[in-house]
Amino acid sequence: MSAFANVVFGGVFHAAVLFLVAAGLQLVFGVQKIVNLACGSFYALGAYFGISLVNAALKGGMPPLLLLPVLIAAGVLMAIVGPPIERLLRTVYGRDESLQLLLTFALVLMFQDVLRFIWGPNPQSLGNEVLAYGKLSAGDFTVPVYNLLVIAAALAAACLIGFFLRRTTYGRLLRATAENRSMAEALGVNVRTVYAVVFSLGTLLGTLGGALVVPTSAASLDMAIEFVIEAFAVVVIGGLGSMAGALVGALLVGLIRAFSLVVYPEFEILAIYLIVIATLLIRPSGLFGRAVS
Amino acid sequence: MSEAPLRLLLVALGIAALALVPTLAPPFYANLLIPFFAYSVALIGFNLLFGYTGLLSFGHAMYLGLGAYAAAVVAGVLGIRVFEVVLLAAALAAVVVALPIGFLCVRYTGIFFGMLTLAFGMLAHSFLFKFYHLTGGDSGMRIPRMRILGLEFDAYNKIELLAGPFYYYCLGLMVLAGLLMWRIVHSPFGLQVRALRDNPQKAEYLGVRVRQLRLLAYVISAVYGAIGGAILGFRIGLADPELVHWTHSGHLVFMTVLGGFSSFFGPVVGALTLTLLQDQLQSITQYWRFVLGAILAAIVIFFPRGLAGLAIDTAGRLARRKPSQVAA
Repeated sequence: MSAFANVVFGGVFHAAVLFLVAAGLQLVFGVQKIVNLACGSFYALGAYFGISLVNAALKGGMPPLLLLPVLIAAGVLMAIVGPPIERLLRTVYGRDESLQLLLTFALVLMFQDVLRFIWGPNPQSLGNEVLAYGKLSAGDFTVPVYNLLVIAAALAAACLIGFFLRRTTYGRLLRATAENRSMAEALGVNVRTVYAVVFSLGTLLGTLGGALVVPTSAASLDMAIEFVIEAFAVVVIGGLGSMAGALVGALLVGLIRAFSLVVYPEFEILAIYLIVIATLLIRPSGLFGRAVS
Repeated sequence: MSEAPLRLLLVALGIAALALVPTLAPPFYANLLIPFFAYSVALIGFNLLFGYTGLLSFGHAMYLGLGAYAAAVVAGVLGIRVFEVVLLAAALAAVVVALPIGFLCVRYTGIFFGMLTLAFGMLAHSFLFKFYHLTGGDSGMRIPRMRILGLEFDAYNKIELLAGPFYYYCLGLMVLAGLLMWRIVHSPFGLQVRALRDNPQKAEYLGVRVRQLRLLAYVISAVYGAIGGAILGFRIGLADPELVHWTHSGHLVFMTVLGGFSSFFGPVVGALTLTLLQDQLQSITQYWRFVLGAILAAIVIFFPRGLAGLAIDTAGRLARRKPSQVAA
């Protein structure tokens, strides 16, 4: 039973981080119709910067309990790369989608070396700071409280995004733009600003996800190209452009990974892609997406 | 000079120049060009799908991997060290794999086709990576030295073999693959896939069997990819899962766009440019990926028709400047 709970909590923690990155991918695709391969790079950027900021803060005498706020700050700070990259992407708006995809692939290549340049080729990790908040245990079952906090933070982010998109004026403008760009523009929506806001928000979600994951796992140069594919799986399973889909998709992918690691490790990634392919073939709009023409 | 003979002349010059490399340059360069031949063959096929049929696959590295693993199985596991048999096996394997996968993928176009092929590619990657006892996992499978044209070339060591007989063999293979593709894209089939790329609905009304032709284009491009993969495998001596990784697929698209996907010779130009560029950059800086990324971004933003498109535009502008040559 406790082994089961361990697996479930491992999966849900992974899902929480995955949700943040996938939500960023989702938002950008939903509104701008661009598949942003670089969202994994944002994730890696947030992770590396999170480590640096925490280490610097610890040296400056930060009480360990401030770990989570510092990491959130790291994620938010790194979102500054969003607007300039959005400016770059502006050159391919309205052009062939293969060109858009390739430009984000170019970003992936460049980011990999930017990270290598700043933080070096070796993986980086934090020490035992993850235990700053203690552990919850019952019998054999233990989970660091930090993991629970991250899960809570991801849920809070999900609620915030949902509230923002559904209940605020600007959220409605975003959805209107996603629905029909030219009509929104004709009605006076400043689509340029909307795009900039959406992309920056997408970046923020990616860097935040990366910053939150580092106390539990190392930051490496490969994490960008590996994580973007997982986020992509989440988005496809949940349905392109749907936030509820991202949440459910992340949970599915997180839990499947966690369980297959225990039951049949060879199947870890394979299972996810099988589901992705099945989704694309049977219901290309995903679990929560609307019909795709 | 009108266009067709000029192009023929350029191609002949290009082939002649490539043929001279092993005699004029140190073996290093001939050796360096083997991947170029491999990528050329693969991309000539890839561009049938991307440039001519309008389907962007982001999982095509799967077929290069398939070719390399086919070589590892035929030559390594089964011990049939005959490169021609390996090529045949790679092509067959590509048909067998591409038919069902293509059948499923060509139901979609645009971004969905790209995502589906990406997912299949990563499926293949995780299979090769995780099923250690079958595929050797991340250490891959060894590909032994093989006979080419039935000859052993005992007197040559591996480098000499690659820079000598195998070099000419690959050059021949590339020319053959190019000629065949030239026939394919100028056949009624080639015209039909272009028609269905530009306007699938209209093409369908006119009796073009859209899905079947897309599938055929997919399978042909897969076969080319597997042949390229077998060449690559012969040179590296190893088939490993990184060949199938999605970033490798991205590099295939990169080369094609760099050269120009709207031109027949664009992919070859792209493969040559990227092979040489990457070698130069790697010797200059460890941050070569950044430079490549920046070049890719610049190509996408400023020259979406690639180097071939740039050359055609420049030639056109020069021709216009001299009124006497307007006829071209």
